[in-house]
Amino acid sequence: MKTDDLVAFLSTNPEAVDRRLVIRTLCVALAAGIVAALGVTFVGLGVRSDLMTARAFIFLLLKLAFTIGIVGVASVYLARTARPGGERKVPFFLVALPFLIIIVLAAISLGLAPSSHWDRMILGDEWLECLLSIPMIAIVPFAAAIWAVRRAAPTNLARAGAFAGLIAGGVSAMAYALHCTDDSLPFVAVWYGGTIVLCTLAGAALGPRLLRW
Amino acid sequence: MTTHEIELKALMLASLDGDAVSHRALLDQLSRRLRAYYKGKLARIGRGASEAEDLVQEAVLAIHLKRHTFDPAALLTPWVHAIARYKLMDFLRRNRTSLADAPLDEADTMVAHDDNVDAESTYDVKRLMERLPKNMRCSIEAVKLDGLTIAEAAERCGISEPGVKVNIHRGLKALAALIAREART
Repeated sequence: MKTDDLVAFLSTNPEAVDRRLVIRTLCVALAAGIVAALGVTFVGLGVRSDLMTARAFIFLLLKLAFTIGIVGVASVYLARTARPGGERKVPFFLVALPFLIIIVLAAISLGLAPSSHWDRMILGDEWLECLLSIPMIAIVPFAAAIWAVRRAAPTNLARAGAFAGLIAGGVSAMAYALHCTDDSLPFVAVWYGGTIVLCTLAGAALGPRLLRW
Repeated sequence: MTTHEIELKALMLASLDGDAVSHRALLDQLSRRLRAYYKGKLARIGRGASEAEDLVQEAVLAIHLKRHTFDPAALLTPWVHAIARYKLMDFLRRNRTSLADAPLDEADTMVAHDDNVDAESTYDVKRLMERLPKNMRCSIEAVKLDGLTIAEAAERCGISEPGVKVNIHRGLKALAALIAREART
């Protein structure tokens, strides 16, 4: 077939295109992911019972600030990497920033505590539950993010997959924070930060397979 | 910013609003640039003109199907180049050719020169279309080949107007997938 024929074929009665479709689809996916993650947390795990005490509330806010920061940054960059050539417009420093902040805060908090408390501060009561829950709650948000990116046109599939994983991990950790009763900065840095990084790596590994177009 | 960029972007913006003449002019100009780009790349790894033409058409189809991902606030040339490069890498991967053999240059190497406009690709959209489900085929034939309006196509195919639009979109995506599979074998 001649290319001219294809061009004529495609140009007959072309549809007008919604210029905000990429952003809107990503917003729908993010909202669906958040609802799913909250649903799984509420039904499967339950909200922590001491939520109304001041200490628990402050730590909840801190966990939310960390995870919402990650989701916010990751959403902006996923919207960029979802478009052809968009992967060039992603400064990695900003992506790493929420992690750097929590690591610095955790280090300060460890420095101020006697070293005999370090084990307890890092491992908490439920490190295993946290390690398993965040990746599991992240599955639906990840699927939603991948669905949205597939409707766009990423040209760096590993990176787009990584951002989908980062968003999913962030959304999942945000929901899990409502359940989690381990209140220490080193715990958040290691188990929240670590599992979110795991989700990101899984996304980067799956991206090339899931996102081809 | 080059005059090409300004001119092509104006065509793109008009085509996003559904202007058929601009859309045709845009795809026409881009296909010339893509031809020069792919012929240059494939010549270096000893591939022929018809394979380059397959790639041109894959990229033209991708540009058409993915035009909603163009950000009107951004430049057009890097967007087109990213798609062209992605389709080239996809082709090289399918053909197990080393990337190192075909250096992937920057956008400004995509210069239009217009030889071999009559080159043909190795597949035929009309033949591939026979493999699509009935509603997709009918909608595409009515609107894209016979030039009917959406309303007329809806009547001919016996489906709703939104149904025609959905079928055209899905059908073109399915065609692109068939072409990619064809090019692989």
